[in-house]
Amino acid sequence: MAAPMLRWCCPGRRFAFARVGCGSCHRRGPPTGSTSNGKRGQSTVAQQPHITAQKPRKGEREWAAVVGLEIHAQIASNSKLFSGSQVHFAAPPNSLVSFFDASLPGTLPVLNRRCVEAAVMTGLALDCHINRKSLFDRKHYFYADLPAGYQITQQRLPIAVNGSLAYSVSVGRKPSQMVTRTVRVKQIQLEQDSGKSLHDDLRSQTLIDLNRAGIGLLEVVLEPDMSCGEEAATAVRELQLILQALGTSQANMADYEIQRQINELENGGEILNETRSFDYKLGCTVPMRDKEGKQDYRFMPEPNLPPLLLYDSGSLPPGADPQQVIDIDRLRERLPELPRVTRERLVRQYGMLPEHSCALLNEVGLLEFFQSVIKETRAEPKKVTSWVLNTFLGFLKQQNLAVSESPVTPSALAELLDLLDRKAISSSAAKQVFEELWRNEGKTPAQIVAEKKLELLQDLEALEQLCRSTLEAHPHVVMDLKRGNPRAINKLIGLVRKATLGRADPTAIKEVLERQLSS
Amino acid sequence: MQVTMVSVALKQGQVTPTELCQRCLSLIKKTKFLNAYITVSEEVALKQAEEAEKRYKKGHSLGDLDGIPIAVKDNFSTSGIETTCASNMLKGYVPPYNATVVQKLLDQGALLMGKTNLDEFAMGSGSTDGIFGPVKNPWSYSKQYREKRKQNSHSENEDSNWLITGGSSGGSAAAVSAFTCFAALGSDTGGSTRNPAAHCGVVGLKPSYGLVSRHGLIPLVNSMDVPGILTRCVDDAATVLGILAGHDPKDSTTIQDPVKPFTLPSLTDVSKLCIGIPKEYLTPELSSEVHSLWSKAANLFESEGAKVIEVSLPHTSYSIVCYHVLCTSEVASNMARFDGLEYGHRCDSSVSTEAMYAATRREGFNDVVRGRILSGNFFLLKENYENYFVKAQKVRRLIANDFVNVFNSGVDVLLTPTTLSEAVPYTEFIKEDNRTRSAQDDIFTQAVNMAGLPAVSVPMALSTQGLPIGLQFIGRAFCDQQLLTVAKWFEKQVQFPVIQLQELMDDCSSVFENEKLASVSLK
Repeated sequence: MAAPMLRWCCPGRRFAFARVGCGSCHRRGPPTGSTSNGKRGQSTVAQQPHITAQKPRKGEREWAAVVGLEIHAQIASNSKLFSGSQVHFAAPPNSLVSFFDASLPGTLPVLNRRCVEAAVMTGLALDCHINRKSLFDRKHYFYADLPAGYQITQQRLPIAVNGSLAYSVSVGRKPSQMVTRTVRVKQIQLEQDSGKSLHDDLRSQTLIDLNRAGIGLLEVVLEPDMSCGEEAATAVRELQLILQALGTSQANMADYEIQRQINELENGGEILNETRSFDYKLGCTVPMRDKEGKQDYRFMPEPNLPPLLLYDSGSLPPGADPQQVIDIDRLRERLPELPRVTRERLVRQYGMLPEHSCALLNEVGLLEFFQSVIKETRAEPKKVTSWVLNTFLGFLKQQNLAVSESPVTPSALAELLDLLDRKAISSSAAKQVFEELWRNEGKTPAQIVAEKKLELLQDLEALEQLCRSTLEAHPHVVMDLKRGNPRAINKLIGLVRKATLGRADPTAIKEVLERQLSS
Repeated sequence: MQVTMVSVALKQGQVTPTELCQRCLSLIKKTKFLNAYITVSEEVALKQAEEAEKRYKKGHSLGDLDGIPIAVKDNFSTSGIETTCASNMLKGYVPPYNATVVQKLLDQGALLMGKTNLDEFAMGSGSTDGIFGPVKNPWSYSKQYREKRKQNSHSENEDSNWLITGGSSGGSAAAVSAFTCFAALGSDTGGSTRNPAAHCGVVGLKPSYGLVSRHGLIPLVNSMDVPGILTRCVDDAATVLGILAGHDPKDSTTIQDPVKPFTLPSLTDVSKLCIGIPKEYLTPELSSEVHSLWSKAANLFESEGAKVIEVSLPHTSYSIVCYHVLCTSEVASNMARFDGLEYGHRCDSSVSTEAMYAATRREGFNDVVRGRILSGNFFLLKENYENYFVKAQKVRRLIANDFVNVFNSGVDVLLTPTTLSEAVPYTEFIKEDNRTRSAQDDIFTQAVNMAGLPAVSVPMALSTQGLPIGLQFIGRAFCDQQLLTVAKWFEKQVQFPVIQLQELMDDCSSVFENEKLASVSLK
């Protein structure tokens, strides 16, 4: 699956995002046509975020950064936007190409219902107005991986407009000091992806892979309501979570990609006094190309697709074939819980901190893991949260694993937390058990506890006996204590613990020691 | 002879599909000089004939078209058979799939005789501007025309005075007219089926936009293109339409409603009909002969009890300019895919991708195509879009509304000329350039494409020169059947003469021992 990537879009007004194929050059949007401009023609192409600083009036010191975004998300669909070709990641080059995708003359586009539904659901989730009628347009430019010489998009009348995206950013030092910000969603449009060009500089050849050509994309256009790279990155992250929750896009950008985007955004976020673009290859900002190079896309209505009509329960034509019409209200009913609501629910239901609810959602599958553990354990939610976010997530991060790749199952962690909860083991023993579980040797927490003799000493008489012999063996420590050194008791506790091989609870030891000393 | 009658003869074993096929093949060879075919698919046709023959022997014919020879314009994709659009750009291009209309004909057992000639990418009105050279009108060699010429004591070299077929589906019209097939597919964007039909004395039907799938038709103007049907009689056009019409999941602009096959009723009473005569179609350029035939046709309807009224289509005079803007804009867009990468011609240049595109397109397209691409791109420029494209779309709406208003006023069918005059000699035709000719020749036909209406050209009579003149009937959208019913009545009244290509045919009929067999394919 291709990962998201920044790209240039509307000069000086917004950042843009696009997906990029791993390890290959990527181009979102048309090239300028001029090869003299190296960042467009070949491998670098369009991965330049833009930022404009608005010119301040005299006497003002501060520059205000304005960030807008265009985000391209690949629609999760089995087939392409206008053809029956399958969509698969990492298929052999040019193996998923229909006659239409290769633009054989005489072929016609046929709109994929699933992609329309995905766009409508995304629009609903972002509080957009869903246009009951939307149109498709052709956007023309010559490029080797655009076989038809035009891309079908929605330029004049997109499927959804005027929405908003709320996201939380932390302010101040404490991570829990979070404020909600809103960015306006200008529009959501359906469009085709292009193919992929692989440039072989040695042989000066360009190889074309059309597997991606024609895959449906959602282009989400965010108004320039964000003021820094961090805000933009957070908004994108929130959108990604929404798309994943809806299932309209896997939006599964690799972590490094997200990080790289954030870095880029923050790089671009510095205040500049000219319109510049960020050159991914050079790793720095460069002045944007001048307006003469701007391409005229010669937009034209796509004549082979009738207007896309959507209905609601009020306007649904009687006797309409459900396969032929899309009912917005029915899609609304199918909307899942959105990330913001989920986070609020977690805070309310489990009393967790807002940043913890964020953390649970930010990792694919982590929330589901957490909920499975909660379901199976008697341990307090707070304890579960702490273990999932600190220990479990820590181990995952250390080994760069996804939740789905974890060697520890939710049931195993639940069992471990149960042992801890009924004080069968100590916290430090629990960590030890967890490490054993991570090695994944097929043992249950109880088996590990038994084998390693990690269970806490439950026999009070044995403990009394051990305490007594410790006191007898160390009369000078007892004397020290009696002379008024309060720290001497800790030494005794330590000695007893050592004698129990660490299996006794220090509070219990302390209780017994104090009773014996005062008797 | 009508297709359905040949079908009966096939069923009764009076003639076999293979005999029919061979007869058409031999006629194709005899009439090779007409240049009607770009590709003759002899092997395919004979194999199909063999299979049809087996079916007939078992008594399992697939329908009226089983074993019937047909031809297809070379801008319809045919699986495994070169499809050139008469352009260097697609020379050698062999599509991997059949156009829906081709597939439907094959599914009915029709025999594909070959791919017919046209103007490059169907851009033209003479069938003179393709890379395979011009198509010659069979009527140039007809007894009727030659006798008239002798009377008029023309002394010039006859061979240099052959006539154009009209276009751009001239190959299909000539192929049907010269008896090399029973029906042919054309395409009709501004009159490309009706115009050559009128010049070649055959029936040319442009169905309603959306009634017949365009999938596989290499587009000229997507919003106006319709596969056209060329036949020797109206009933045959109806038979073919019945097979082609209907929704195609591969063409989103086809109607959803199911279309049932139909046979045309024989009208006996036209008194309930209202025929509209659009006054704007009486232009100064209209030849007096066509004009008088048009009046005669109107009188014919009136004398048989139909109501004939003059109507107005007030925006007609803007139509051809508007058509030019919309047509070239879509052409510019549609032709963008021919870049030499995926298929078709590619130049040798390897300087850069851009240089390759430029050289490929310069070598691949003729001046007409390149000229239209250039104009179209000009109209689509951001600074021109509103002033040209959007305005043209608005005018298009006005033109479509003109028709709606006329039909709402109670008119059933409009009657107009198809062309300004009869076919002219090639030497005469090429005195004007393609654009001028297209503007003249599409004058009565392109407005129908802008409005998406069905229209049919029916041959009415021979001119004083002995050349066919056709008239056009225009119907309400999706009332193709009603239109054809009226056309059939008209056809019966006028009794248009059969083309006499005796010199060509005499040799051929000796192929058959049986007189009856010869008559089967010769009407």
